Amino acid sequence: MRLDPVTLLTILLMAAATYGTRVAGLFFADRLALTGRAKAAFEAIPAAVLVAVIAPTATGWPETAAAAITAVAALRLPLLATIAVGVAAVVVLRVLG
Amino acid sequence: MLTHLSRLSPDAREGLRDIAPVMVAAMPIGLLFGAVAIGKGLSPLEATLMSLLVFAGGAQFAAIEMWGYPVPVWAIVFSTVLVNARHVLMSASLAPKIGAFSKGERMLGFFFLTDEAWALAEKRAAETALTPTYWFALAGTLPLAWIGSSLVGALVGALLGDPARFGADFAFTALFIGLVAGFNKGRITAVTVAASGGTAALVHVFAGPPWHVLAGAFAGILGAYLAARPEDAA
Repeated sequence: MRLDPVTLLTILLMAAATYGTRVAGLFFADRLALTGRAKAAFEAIPAAVLVAVIAPTATGWPETAAAAITAVAALRLPLLATIAVGVAAVVVLRVLG
Repeated sequence: MLTHLSRLSPDAREGLRDIAPVMVAAMPIGLLFGAVAIGKGLSPLEATLMSLLVFAGGAQFAAIEMWGYPVPVWAIVFSTVLVNARHVLMSASLAPKIGAFSKGERMLGFFFLTDEAWALAEKRAAETALTPTYWFALAGTLPLAWIGSSLVGALVGALLGDPARFGADFAFTALFIGLVAGFNKGRITAVTVAASGGTAALVHVFAGPPWHVLAGAFAGILGAYLAARPEDAA
């Protein structure tokens, strides 16, 4: 079973970086008391990053339309149902498109 | 086995109960990850190791998207930091709520921090004190579903054929849209999503990964900053 050294190195570095982000907040918590616009901007970070990550996967007409349908579902349905709606939508739209 | 469950403390049982739907949602996505990783040239051992040690779906998929030989190590690590930067906010947000955790429980426990565990823990902390028992039952069991499904996906991936036929490639996108809905704060979120999504898609075409994450996130945050009125952040 192959374990390429460069691949292993990459995985270990990814793991260290990820763990670092997970515990960093425990040490910086006291400095993060924000108000006003800065607070709104700070609170927007999770949504901003999550959307940026998936943006390339939602390009193309079937995918963009399916993403819009999924967004509507997401505001009304539990997580599992949202995923089912999104997957079903993209399958149907790819067949139609 | 079910009789053994009743011997667990209420905290542990509730943690397991709360994470159960997330485990179910994670499995097809883990399967997809395993299959896609194999498609990009990783061995089942390498794919499973990534899920075990990194344990972060967003970063793993972003890395796999960029994967090639020779492996672009530093671009992937940079992408990982960007995609996972939100963890800093999550642990900062939970920090004042983990008074019952020993130092060791914090350093070990937060290895298991994910979007879903964070969201559920915040909800829990709003109702009652957050205990290590609850946290480890909630967050510490999720890896089983993630690692297990990654391994299975890697082993059978080649047999499944093109995931796009089942829309399975879109499952991850749909999951993240579902998570964003959980962070929805109305008008400002709409601005954030539009700014981030549009910018990231555009930058991805011209500059590729991981720059689209940085550009999109920056645009989304700037949009929120400009769109906010003082009373919005109350």
